[in-house]
Amino acid sequence: MNAVYILSGLGIFSLLSEIFNIRKVLFPIVLLGLAAAALLLIMDWNSVQSYYSNMLTFDNYAVAFSAGISIVALLWFMMSKDYFENNTHVTDHFALVLFSLVGAVFMVSYSNLAMLFLGIEILSISLYILAGSKMKDLFSNEAAFKYFLMGSFATGFLLFGIALVYGVTGSFDLNIIAETVAAPSVNFPSLLYAGVLMMMVGLAFKISAVPFHFWAPDVYEGSPTVVTAFMSTIVKIAAFAAFFRLFSTCFAAVSSQWVDVVQVITVLTLVVSNITAVYQNSVKRMLAFSSVAHAGYMLITLVALNEVSDSAILYYVVSYATASIAAFTILHNVAFENENVTAEAFNGLVKRNPFMAFTMTVALLSLAGIPPLAGFFAKYYIFTVAFESGYVGLVLLAILTSLIGIYYYFRIIIAMYLKSSDIITPIETPLLHRVLMVICLLASIILGVAPDLIIRLI
Amino acid sequence: MLTTALIFWPLAATLILLALDAPLAKGWALAASLVELLLTIIVVVQFEPAAGNQFVVNYPWVASLGISFYAGIDGISLLLVLLTTLLTPLIVLSSFKNSYDKPVSFYSLILFMEAALVGVFVALDGFLFYIFWEMALIPIYFICLRWGGVNRGAVTLKFFIYTLAGSLVMLVGLIYLYFQTPGQHSFAAEALYAAGQALPASTQGLIFWAMFLAFAIKMPIFPFHTWQPDTYNTAPTQGTMLLSGIMLKMGIFGVIRWLLPVVPQGVNEWASTAIILSVIGIVYASCLAIVQKDLKRLIAYSSTAHVGLIAAGLFTLNKIGMQGAMIQMVSHGIVIVGLFYIIDIIFSRTSTQEIASLGGIRSAAPLLTTVFVVVMLGSVALPLTSGFVGEFLLINAVFQYNHVVGALAGLTMILGAVYMLRSFQQTMLGETNTRTRNFIDLGTNEKIVLYPIVVLIIIIGIYPAPLLKISEAAVDSLWNVIANYQAVNQ
Repeated sequence: MNAVYILSGLGIFSLLSEIFNIRKVLFPIVLLGLAAAALLLIMDWNSVQSYYSNMLTFDNYAVAFSAGISIVALLWFMMSKDYFENNTHVTDHFALVLFSLVGAVFMVSYSNLAMLFLGIEILSISLYILAGSKMKDLFSNEAAFKYFLMGSFATGFLLFGIALVYGVTGSFDLNIIAETVAAPSVNFPSLLYAGVLMMMVGLAFKISAVPFHFWAPDVYEGSPTVVTAFMSTIVKIAAFAAFFRLFSTCFAAVSSQWVDVVQVITVLTLVVSNITAVYQNSVKRMLAFSSVAHAGYMLITLVALNEVSDSAILYYVVSYATASIAAFTILHNVAFENENVTAEAFNGLVKRNPFMAFTMTVALLSLAGIPPLAGFFAKYYIFTVAFESGYVGLVLLAILTSLIGIYYYFRIIIAMYLKSSDIITPIETPLLHRVLMVICLLASIILGVAPDLIIRLI
Repeated sequence: MLTTALIFWPLAATLILLALDAPLAKGWALAASLVELLLTIIVVVQFEPAAGNQFVVNYPWVASLGISFYAGIDGISLLLVLLTTLLTPLIVLSSFKNSYDKPVSFYSLILFMEAALVGVFVALDGFLFYIFWEMALIPIYFICLRWGGVNRGAVTLKFFIYTLAGSLVMLVGLIYLYFQTPGQHSFAAEALYAAGQALPASTQGLIFWAMFLAFAIKMPIFPFHTWQPDTYNTAPTQGTMLLSGIMLKMGIFGVIRWLLPVVPQGVNEWASTAIILSVIGIVYASCLAIVQKDLKRLIAYSSTAHVGLIAAGLFTLNKIGMQGAMIQMVSHGIVIVGLFYIIDIIFSRTSTQEIASLGGIRSAAPLLTTVFVVVMLGSVALPLTSGFVGEFLLINAVFQYNHVVGALAGLTMILGAVYMLRSFQQTMLGETNTRTRNFIDLGTNEKIVLYPIVVLIIIIGIYPAPLLKISEAAVDSLWNVIANYQAVNQ
């Protein structure tokens, strides 16, 4: 809970720093604050605490995901510092990001549907503005507008679903709803199931699962690269954690009613996103579809729900986020001003900046799921979860789609090592980005070799 | 302890190499691979052939998922570790005359590859085996991608996706077996063996195919071989040597360690299919080799034919066949590295590997010709060369299995003689031409690589007993496992 105070405080401080003209110290203070938030969260480990009359519950699940979000956010700030300082009002944007982080923490720790709704809105409203932060760029405006329309649409679904569930169960509280729907031999009106499915639609929009993903590629492409990175890592973690928390605790008892739907969504997400990603020319769009595809792999854990599903998801999001942040950082450095580059921009990168090429290779191999990197173990863990619950077909499908994944990830690797480029000037990267790349690189390797560091947690 | 050292020394050497300057890279890679060879020799000296798995290390790794760092050496793995650590210094040495762009990356990839290969051969934990199996793919992919020939982007990607597809299906098989282990699930070899052997025959058949696919692609067996000729041709010579000399043995080793004892009933059921595929591959690849105009492609196809024979002999589930497979793996590795190196030498002097445009090298380069003769005879399995011992045992086994199939498999030797002798005749003998007139004979480096190969081919041909003795006990115990199930079936 202290983390929420710190994050909100940081947001307000960020706004005030414009007035008091202390922008220079803003960045280090934000980094320190995020580290402190993560630390305070970890200190709450193993002590389940509820706040605001049980509207937020910081159990181990919430603590692990909130700490994960804080740490990924810390990495993200390292990535995006120079972009915001050079191109926009740094204070406003830092404040928006920090407030949206508060929303993200609510989304992983809610124990009341009202709080879920509140968290999603806090997160989303900041994001609508961030997506349009290139004010004079038409695509950025389009992205913001599209995101806003689609987002409100999804929220509508979610709210309608919450209302229906409330109508049947008489409560917003997750535990009470769970107890009510678990009651044996009660025939619930089908309104309950309609509510559950509508909530699923609303949340599937947020994690951009197929067929609710149409907004994602355009929004990801139009937004500035750093904002895209934020959306495809932190927002995805929060949205998925919220999705999983809701369905694994609250509606687990009626899983027979929704598991088929999730399975269809999972299959569609895996197949459509991976195949579409192959046909993308823009690297950013490719990464957008790849992030949709990773949502598909995470959804497998929900279909094959068992006692280690949550730990599989935690490991997956951490490994995915570290590799993604690295990939986006490098894309940001390679593409620079012109944001929507094709794989050709990576031609000959190994000559222009070998370290960057190496980091990109490791990040892409991790995203593609090649051992001994973290991305492999993440997929492996999810496969075992699915296997244990008897979804062998789903595992085979996931394997097939990850082979398709190799194709589009390796296009960039081949461009970096094989193709030669007309431009041979070395690319200079800021020190901060180099540090960030080293962190992501080490994380991908160490987590892959020692997965115990995370999977034992929850 | 020695097993751990064998795996981690090349990795440590890779890290050290990354910190070195480009001119030192070659020397360090050679030194490191020689140290690795020395470690292997220490293992060989201390090795007790009859004692099963030795030098065992077993640490929990991901305890909650039943994964441990569990490795050990028995006779079968020792032969392959020996082959790997023997060939790696030769491969490193063979690259000395080439000046590669970015030598640090090149040699660190080779050392990394060595670590992964040794890991594959000593792993006794299914998951650990899989990790090393995949780890071996990454360095060879980048070696081919960065230092390969024309059209390497598409060719190497095909190779990568092809082999990865096989491996992933194997992973499904391994996960399935893992969930069959009783109580706290485990990936340990013994647990997987017990779980696999207890399965009903039909399920064993499925598992057989899941695992066999990965191994068949790696070897490769017809019809899973389509990645191979292009990849061998496109890869730089050292990459081709690694692929054909060592990496292909991963597939055969996989069959021996992770297929035969895991699902013996499934093997019994499908062995005839595997033999037929292998024999089709033998005939098919030999015929293709005969019509090749390019030396490197010719050797690539000849390799497919020889590996087909090893697979066929192995799947006869006959003790002679297994023993023959062991010795032939070593022999094939040594011979094929020699052949590819000779082609590399010819190419570096004449800038061509087309058979028709060569000829008459003998008069300019008698040493090279002599070496080529010995290596070629090893390849066509003349008595008193290393090739003979293995191929004789293998054909013997296949013949016992079925006379017709045995006769077809015997074609490897005849057709092999056709294409090898003809390519030798057309490149080395005959009239010299402008390309070959000023051919320079072997240099010192080249001698250091080729002479040991020649000596090994002859020594193993005359006195194979020590090698046979290393693997005999391990092969026996493997055969006992399978023979039990054959008895039950009949």
